[in-house]
Amino acid sequence: MEKQFDHEWQTPQPDGSTIFRTCAWSPPGDHPVGCGVELHVKDGKLVHVEGDETHPITQGRLCPRCLALKDYTYDPKRIIHPMKRDPAKRGQSDAWEQITWDEAYEIIQEKVADIEQKYGREAIVVYGGTGREACMFYYPVAFSVLNTPNLCYAQSGWSCYGPRSSVADYILGAGYPEIDTGYFPDRMDNPEYELTEVAVCWGKMPLWSNGDGFFGHSLIDMMKRGTKIICIDPRVTWLGSRKGNMTLQLKPGTDASLALGILNVIINEDLYDHDFVDNWCYGFDELAERVNEYPLELVEKQTWVPADQIRTAARVMANAHPMCILWGLAIDQNKNGVQAGHAILSIMAITGNIDVPGGLTVGDPSVRLGHWCTDSRQYLSDEIWEKRIGVDKWPAFAATMASTHPDETLETLETGIPYAPKMAWINSSNFVSATCSDQNQRWYKALLPMEFTVASDLYMNPTIEGLADLFLPMSTFAEHDGFVIPYYMSNNVWLGCMAKAFSTGDTKSDLEICYEVGRRVTPHANWSKYNDVTEWLEEQLDDEPLLPFTWDEFKEMGVYFPPMTYRKYEKGMLRNDGEPGFNTVSGKFELYSVLYDAWGEDPMPYYEEPTYSQVSKPELAEEYPLMATSGARVSAFFHSEHRQIAKLRALNPDPEVEINPVTAAKYGIQNGDWVQVYNMFGKGNWRARVTPTIDERTIHCQHGWWFPEEDGDAPNLYGVFKANFNLLVPHFNVGNLGFGCPAKGIMANIRKVASLEDQNEENYQQVPPVLIENHGRIY
Amino acid sequence: MADYSNYGLLIDYKYCDNCGSCVVACQEEKGLAADQYGIKVFEKGPWKKDDATMEDGWDWDYVPVPTDRCDLCASRLDAGKKPMCVKHCLTFCMDYGPLDELAKKAAGLGEKVAIFKVH
Repeated sequence: MEKQFDHEWQTPQPDGSTIFRTCAWSPPGDHPVGCGVELHVKDGKLVHVEGDETHPITQGRLCPRCLALKDYTYDPKRIIHPMKRDPAKRGQSDAWEQITWDEAYEIIQEKVADIEQKYGREAIVVYGGTGREACMFYYPVAFSVLNTPNLCYAQSGWSCYGPRSSVADYILGAGYPEIDTGYFPDRMDNPEYELTEVAVCWGKMPLWSNGDGFFGHSLIDMMKRGTKIICIDPRVTWLGSRKGNMTLQLKPGTDASLALGILNVIINEDLYDHDFVDNWCYGFDELAERVNEYPLELVEKQTWVPADQIRTAARVMANAHPMCILWGLAIDQNKNGVQAGHAILSIMAITGNIDVPGGLTVGDPSVRLGHWCTDSRQYLSDEIWEKRIGVDKWPAFAATMASTHPDETLETLETGIPYAPKMAWINSSNFVSATCSDQNQRWYKALLPMEFTVASDLYMNPTIEGLADLFLPMSTFAEHDGFVIPYYMSNNVWLGCMAKAFSTGDTKSDLEICYEVGRRVTPHANWSKYNDVTEWLEEQLDDEPLLPFTWDEFKEMGVYFPPMTYRKYEKGMLRNDGEPGFNTVSGKFELYSVLYDAWGEDPMPYYEEPTYSQVSKPELAEEYPLMATSGARVSAFFHSEHRQIAKLRALNPDPEVEINPVTAAKYGIQNGDWVQVYNMFGKGNWRARVTPTIDERTIHCQHGWWFPEEDGDAPNLYGVFKANFNLLVPHFNVGNLGFGCPAKGIMANIRKVASLEDQNEENYQQVPPVLIENHGRIY
Repeated sequence: MADYSNYGLLIDYKYCDNCGSCVVACQEEKGLAADQYGIKVFEKGPWKKDDATMEDGWDWDYVPVPTDRCDLCASRLDAGKKPMCVKHCLTFCMDYGPLDELAKKAAGLGEKVAIFKVH
């Protein structure tokens, strides 16, 4: 085939070094953005990192995390040999002992055989972390390597990407939709592309938020060409503050109400696309009726956004063509998020911005790369698949997610019902820190009784220090071969090649660990048939007729843009039967969801007040008068990673809480003071960043914090419980379909404290049990 | 090494979003420690404007400022490469070159542009 790009993947230099060109994913962490990197390697060591100016998306730019890759690679704290520890010494940081990979494999083989014989393979649970390349491998780690049906992403309500992906599947019948930024070799200059006139960043700050395949700074490229941006966010961000951009500063967790208010304006002012609605939407009349339940006066009261601002924004959005909403994590971390996501996609649909140039790209059914994730399930018998934890109670969840239900998994761990998990495999996850799991101490305690726990990562972290018996050291993206698959295969607008440039110690990639462990402990699965992982990489491309190149050719190309077709729904390219329309029950975009109806959920979007707010719990309003939100990303860190890299830590030395100056003054808090944030579920200390960009009624706490410089021994575990927002977030506050959690909107209070260490135990009360009620269960 | 004394750094600072790439790129290039800087980002604001509108409400900018350690990456310029900070800026808000050329560029860039003459 004709090469889209013509350049070498390795270029020898006169000084004896070699420049390797690759696309970054992880580890160290990021989502599959695939930034173009040049790695300068001399005598087998990385000596310099630069951006790749020939990369069509990033064009030479790099964020600080890739720029500091040399520091990350060679930091003395990095673990580059396998280690074991006596399970009786979990939580003892000096009890690790270096071993070889062969010893590690022998231990794994022996333990897996023992667990299988005593309890069955389903007693093994794999815990996968977010975003890293591990996302594409934790399915095979569970299904085809360890042969257990139990893969757990330990975030309450699976509240990251899964809900948005599922909503897209239910009502759009397609993979994760995201803004079109010109996925052609000549990008936005391609004649088929149209510049997005208005981009709406809804609960998403793409400059820092590690888009699931979207390079956030493309938005700046677009702004320079004329795109205007509307941010819908409890915080005014730098992006929303730029001249010409707008911010709707909503109360955390009220996104569904705001979306219904915007739909109300667009429908009642007749600003919608009649052609798209008449031909391609199902349930418009019902939606038109529903939005009348959300007059702007009510929406203002629910969301704090002034009615005139909602009206202005709705008109701007409806009159702009193309317009695109980028939906963020705030849609997932919300009990009412399925409805918010449904309403947001409905705005995109009725304004005619789905699958059009500059609008939302829609993934077609041809996955192209990444089949191995779900294909690995074929090595599980139906009998053992039926034992997947917790999904019988959540049919909607079970329909789109191939994992256990996370909240049910914690309860299974605690109760042994329906059976007791006995072995844990922690795959690039640091869930004891404030990353995914809520009520982290419960997860920590629930995992302590495991008979055997394996973890794979690059650095020690609180989760591994507290819980693991075997440490498998991983390679960085620069040290292994692989694929960058934006949106984790659900919308392959482009693909990147990760080409190994050098190696460090005895480290291995997710793929290499799958290969080595899989052929040892599950010989009936596919891993036994390859002589090395390169054969596996080659097979992924050989088996895919839509990708007409070999692994070696892909390394030379570096980046590949599959042919882009817009308005696929008109051309019969979205449905399995080849008919025009969408791959949904009705064959149309479902403003009214047929599936929700079948699952007993309201088929139309609706608003539900956050469970733990001053409105829902007026009796606690005085005690917890603020709405706390969390999780805004920063450029220095990927979730809980990078805290030990000095140059990155210097960009953000302490965990911060943003407080409005008026609120801060009320509490006697000054910029830089330490502040305890607490509610009925938990507490933690953050350093105050006093800023008018946050509402007087809202605070924002950074997530992911632990302190690699502190004592690692339990119970301190590198101070992981000192500034841990997820301790303030309850378990199992999920929506009717099993998704969502209140990590982005929960009532809390603050008080000034002396330091990070000043953890006053008396300043929060235990919640009366009746308050923590969900789906008929009381906690 | 060529003479770059008439060269400067241009910052189109309406676009600087404080990503920190210039800071770390420079530290890596110059072999600096985490508390040593060849360029550092400073913040102005955020202040809400007295006459704030939905589309123009805030006086809030970041400006990267070169330190005394900055030599505009003279050895990179000699090799035909860009300064590390200019190349890696995530918003492409930085440029370099002879001061007279930068002044002409600045005139075409609208509001909020700074030029630093480092030597």
